[in-house]
Amino acid sequence: MANSAQREGVAAGATLNRDAAPGETLLKVTGLQKHFPIRKGLLQRQVGAVRAVDGLDFEVKSGETLGVVGESGCGKSTMGRLITRLLEPTAGKVEFEGKDITHLGVGAMRPMRRDVQMIFQDPYSSLNPRHTIGTIISAPFKLQGVTPEGGVKKEVQRLLSVVGLNPEHYNRYPHEFSGGQRQRIGIARALALNPKMVVADEPVSALDVSIQAQVVNLLDDLQQELGLTYVIIAHDLSVVRHVSDRIAVMYLGKIVELADRDSLYKAPMHPYTKALMSAVPIPDPRRKSAKSERILLQGDVPSPIAPPSGCRFHTRCWKATQICTTTEPPLLELKPGQQVACHHPENFEDQAPQDTVLLTVAKQAAELVADEVLAESAATSAAVAAEVAATPAETPTASPAATAPEDEAPAKEK
Amino acid sequence: MTELSKSGAAVGEPVKDSPAPSAFLEVRDLKVHFPTDDGLVKSVDGLSFTLEKGKTLGIVGESGSGKSVTSLGIMGLHTAGQYGKRKAQISGEIWLDGTELLTADPDHVRKLRGREMAMIFQDPLSALHPYYTIGQQIVEAYRIHHKVDKKTARRRAVEMLDRVGIPQPDKRVDSYPHEFSGGMRQRAMIAMSLVNNPELLIADEPTTALDVTVQAQILDLIRDLQKEFGSAVIVITHDLGVVAELSDDILVMYGGRCIERGPAEKVFYEPKHPYTWGLLGSMPRLDREQTERLIPVKGSPPSLINLPTGCAFNPRCSYADVPKDNVTRTVRPELAQVGSQHWAACHMTPEQRERIWTEEIAPKL
Repeated sequence: MANSAQREGVAAGATLNRDAAPGETLLKVTGLQKHFPIRKGLLQRQVGAVRAVDGLDFEVKSGETLGVVGESGCGKSTMGRLITRLLEPTAGKVEFEGKDITHLGVGAMRPMRRDVQMIFQDPYSSLNPRHTIGTIISAPFKLQGVTPEGGVKKEVQRLLSVVGLNPEHYNRYPHEFSGGQRQRIGIARALALNPKMVVADEPVSALDVSIQAQVVNLLDDLQQELGLTYVIIAHDLSVVRHVSDRIAVMYLGKIVELADRDSLYKAPMHPYTKALMSAVPIPDPRRKSAKSERILLQGDVPSPIAPPSGCRFHTRCWKATQICTTTEPPLLELKPGQQVACHHPENFEDQAPQDTVLLTVAKQAAELVADEVLAESAATSAAVAAEVAATPAETPTASPAATAPEDEAPAKEK
Repeated sequence: MTELSKSGAAVGEPVKDSPAPSAFLEVRDLKVHFPTDDGLVKSVDGLSFTLEKGKTLGIVGESGSGKSVTSLGIMGLHTAGQYGKRKAQISGEIWLDGTELLTADPDHVRKLRGREMAMIFQDPLSALHPYYTIGQQIVEAYRIHHKVDKKTARRRAVEMLDRVGIPQPDKRVDSYPHEFSGGMRQRAMIAMSLVNNPELLIADEPTTALDVTVQAQILDLIRDLQKEFGSAVIVITHDLGVVAELSDDILVMYGGRCIERGPAEKVFYEPKHPYTWGLLGSMPRLDREQTERLIPVKGSPPSLINLPTGCAFNPRCSYADVPKDNVTRTVRPELAQVGSQHWAACHMTPEQRERIWTEEIAPKL
């Protein structure tokens, strides 16, 4: 690691020579796990673990925006903290620009911190109230021992104007700013060292709608100007759709669907994605009566301490069958650019067609789903099945071993 | 429905000594001001609206626009002495079913509160008492207003928990709030507020703390319960999606005042105030094709101590420079009728607004 050379590079504000070209893999995550131990008793023995993140595989390409959505407790924030190495993974591998950073120590991580920055959710608790914003934004320079061209103060003022704040407010304290302005300060701090990847954990959820739009547009502009790569974690599906190129949907520590934005929103394949999207209230009073399109999920997300066997969504899914309780569906690329982990995907051919008997829970759940939705889903699945049958070369048909659900998953591998 | 137009015109007019209205709930020129060291915070500054039974009014606006202060004002929760000497200064009239609440005897209002009007708060964890079981809290709410023994009240509590969709209500009635998940706590709170069949239900950001799938459950529940009980509902939220789902009428607040009010469909399809345009433009939508950029409202919300003179939205308005006839900027625009049951407070002429909306705003949404 040629530190001095790097410093000069950053100091000049120029990009470094080991830049990943747009479209190349910047971050690669394989089998990433984080289990938080639960300790009890006098000896603090481990009695269990919260399996916050339980096996993630994905890549982030240079210049793109990966959106991560899911309900609270699905592990999306833990994932963000793992890839920025604010937390140490229990298992798995995180590679940044081909370099394994999974178990790097604090000192070894420091040079990497320049390239990976984070924007936090709450602009009130992520800024030190006793520091002026000049000190806050110049902290990265001090920590990394970097002197930008023209001096720190000038650079900080430039950053302030980049994020749309008045450079003369250099000496003000965070409490003198509104929520949206504070979030801009957080963004300026994240951009100070000219990072390659920015992980934003719920960057706009604490802001008002009108301010939210300002920050979303700002993130958009900065990406175009600086060629940034974003990982944006959010629970608001409409915001995620607006900012992302690809989207990962998480449920209980796993990615259930990972797809291009347009494919995901046009034809979600995982039932959970479909339910999640149908639950978003549509700001259109004329559709108030169109309640039937909504898929209501029963109950709450199960506990990540003892997640359900097989497919984790089977306790709330209206399509769950026997195989879902026993075999965990692998995340497979069923369509180009659309990876799904489901035995009975929507808008696609059934992956376990022999297994048709619904579980009792699924029958109950299906009662909450309108008949039109079920009929439509069956029709599209049948259409895709017919299409696939017409091109037999690609057909991952059910193997003779399909009666034994345990053998089913490997049989589906293409 | 004639009451609506009457109250709409009533803004700014002398309203004292006017007779009791025939509407179920009528708020006239409500002002809630808080004295602070820095000056007088005018959280609500002259708000009027009416609401009929079985209807839902959605109040939208940014944080600090006075939405929650309005709801607490209607419930009569401001005068409780938590501010010490610095009590909130409230003026105006709040008529609930023929009773004026601000001048009424506090004991009488206390009898109405919880029975005639109830509230669902934003954060169920802080609104429920952690030391008492869910059952005890619902029983208490019921027995304050009904002279029944504990057993009957408990049976009623179980019935309500069942009604709001809590599984095994006879067992869960003895659980503590921490044993419930977020969605279940919100359901329990809805059960508690509905236990006395209130005729007015105020839901202050009822789903903001919840996940989107749980939010869908709760919105359905509120809608079904309203149908069943025929209550009047006020939904306060910043989420235009939630308002569109629930409301018959929408009231948009800015800087403590109503800037636009009308039927939900009118406000969404023919909005007449630049701020409403801004709200609609700032919102990414799932039901439309992807737009390239959002159209944010520039700047940030005003301070409630030093509101801009004239129109409070003036400094953030993209159309502040549109020439206006015979109007100076320092004059505050009053609500004026812009359509049937539809009012907006803007200095631009209807023609100017019509042109800007159809030519500049609507195509970009």
